[in-house]
Amino acid sequence: MKKVLLGNEAIVQGALKSGVDFVSGYPGCPSAEIGDEFGRIAEKEGVYAEWSINEKVALEASIGASFSGLKSLVNMKSFGANVCSDSLLPLAYTGIKAPMVIIIADDPSCYSSAQSEQDSRGFAYLSHLPMLEPADPQECYDFTILAFEMSEKFKLPVILRTTTRVNHQRAIVQLEERENRTNRNVGQFVKNPHQFCTMPPRVLEMKKELLEKINKIESFSEKSKANKINGKVNSAKIGIITSGVSYLHTISAQNDLGLNLPILKLGFFHPLPKKKIINFVKNFKKVLIAEEVEGYLQKEIAAICKEENIKVEILGKDLLPEIGELNSEIIRDTLAKLTGKKYKIENLKTIVTPKRYPRLCEGCPYWNIFPIIKRIAPENTVFGGDIGCNMIAGLPPHNMQDYLFSMGASMGISHGVKKSTTQKVISIIGDGTFFHAGISGLINTIYNKSNPLIIVCDNRITAMTGHQQNPGTGKNLMGEDVIEIKIEEVARACGVKNVKTLDPINKEEMENTVKEFLEKDDVSVIICKRICAILARRQKQ
Amino acid sequence: MKKDFNIIMTGVGGQGLITLVSIIDEAGLIEGYDVRSSELHGLSQRGGSVEIHIKFGQKVNSPLISKGTADLILGLEISESLRSSVFAGSKTKFLINNHSVVYLGGLPVDDVLTSLQKLVGKDNLYLVEASKVCQEKLDKEVLSGVYLLSYAVSKKIIPLSKESVIKAMENLIPEKYLELNKKAFQLIYD
Repeated sequence: MKKVLLGNEAIVQGALKSGVDFVSGYPGCPSAEIGDEFGRIAEKEGVYAEWSINEKVALEASIGASFSGLKSLVNMKSFGANVCSDSLLPLAYTGIKAPMVIIIADDPSCYSSAQSEQDSRGFAYLSHLPMLEPADPQECYDFTILAFEMSEKFKLPVILRTTTRVNHQRAIVQLEERENRTNRNVGQFVKNPHQFCTMPPRVLEMKKELLEKINKIESFSEKSKANKINGKVNSAKIGIITSGVSYLHTISAQNDLGLNLPILKLGFFHPLPKKKIINFVKNFKKVLIAEEVEGYLQKEIAAICKEENIKVEILGKDLLPEIGELNSEIIRDTLAKLTGKKYKIENLKTIVTPKRYPRLCEGCPYWNIFPIIKRIAPENTVFGGDIGCNMIAGLPPHNMQDYLFSMGASMGISHGVKKSTTQKVISIIGDGTFFHAGISGLINTIYNKSNPLIIVCDNRITAMTGHQQNPGTGKNLMGEDVIEIKIEEVARACGVKNVKTLDPINKEEMENTVKEFLEKDDVSVIICKRICAILARRQKQ
Repeated sequence: MKKDFNIIMTGVGGQGLITLVSIIDEAGLIEGYDVRSSELHGLSQRGGSVEIHIKFGQKVNSPLISKGTADLILGLEISESLRSSVFAGSKTKFLINNHSVVYLGGLPVDDVLTSLQKLVGKDNLYLVEASKVCQEKLDKEVLSGVYLLSYAVSKKIIPLSKESVIKAMENLIPEKYLELNKKAFQLIYD
């Protein structure tokens, strides 16, 4: 059956085809639609699906499922890999019992990512784990299936590393028939501390086992169709090695120039098919490595050539940008330079249109929160920002954000600033982010006797990534009613004495509370509770 | 169709662009084309500029359209349509909803319209009152995208048939909203 699917939807279909039982993740852009889609279909498909409170717990939940014999899929955006890495590295050592695939979705050009232009391929080196890179929705489907097969065969989790232009690319996907199942599988945990417990001296044996597995996967990678060659190798002086969506840009660039240079498209980022690479590069004088963001492939391939004494010029980041995504124009211009081909495109004169920044939606409760805080705060107040819709506080017309880092980081940094200065500190965080990584920062603030004013913008949903439920909303991903964890109760239980929950639409109460709490000697928390405007409109319909 | 048909669809987050791209892609599939598009979600959607690339043809490769090679700029908002003129060449058609979502630091509406007229020229510029018509006739401004698409189909600005687009809507739009969307599509033919 042929269907137009978003890359993320194709991953879901691939996982279903592979018989996935257990799905855990944390919503982020560009991966969020994977979990969202599972939330919609889980019950009907006999799958368990959850939004975990952060990516570390998400990975751990799937580890538990795998150790109990269930096939699992973990999904997260780039920065989630940082959060879960503490458990990812030992997981490489233990390996899995039932197959596990981990989706890590990067965002070159930072379209929806505040904190850095992270290239998560580096985690393959850090963890040793196998990593595949699809180029489009068809490969999202095929590679998810391949990743489950590899995981089963080699008893390791397999990482599928995607990018925004793959996750949010729509294209036609050829889907295979699959069995329908309606009942959820029940696993069984068979005790096996020899495999599941990392402790010295066993842990070093495990490392040896891991490295042996990776050697075997390298041989598998050599034979895999996921690494493929386009074009006739013997007739050209220049070859191209590429991966991910850059492959599609490269084909378009060649079509524009009327070129047909041979391309080695790598579906495996780790381990690389060394022999295949050697057999490819030795035919050319020059090889262009067309990869996005970091020059990992370039470095690896240059090292392979040196080792094998192959006289070929490996070009990459010397010609292509290390910052921002690639596209066919950038690759076309680079190929034109390399081959001496001329290409002319006539486009309309550009008229500079002032940038339209993301802004709070119409009716957003934060329209009440930010101006009041800004008005009441004394001069020189430091404003901490965090990830989520509240980070729009840093943009015009609000301009009230003095630092922005990672999920929950406002808590720790605000505490540090407060301890280091005599300035007032107001730290702003959303409800979802509070549960993700804010709580530990809050506990540290209390424990170490700091006194920033913490404002939790509780809009009753994880809004920015597409309105996902969180522990404060009373619902989970599969739509079950669950205990609503109240942020004010968490704060009080941690020992915060100055806690107030209010509706920011009540301006006077909001103003008075901010004024009062700014004078406190110990930490204060104001929970501004009002539903996201988009969600409120949807609920009305 | 010899080469790919390239559409830059542009507007502001919340204007229903994701639904519209799904309909166009599905209609492309129904017509037997290869189809590829690229969209953005998340932060960029929150009231910011949204620029979606859509390609269909015999065999589509890169999901992104190069500067100067768009066949059609399908603009749901005037300033955003002007912004995406970088993708246009001298033959590119601009089908634009005469609707402005004002923003801090943005150009005045008259300046945007004058710039568009100067830049694109009479023959290629279609300025359509999609928002106004949908608000007046259906009390739903958000259907302006579907109306704009129907305009493109009826005037043969886009190589998709009316039947394919309606079938695509039937395949994709939840039943609850389907009739309303079909009505918005039919307005141009009434």
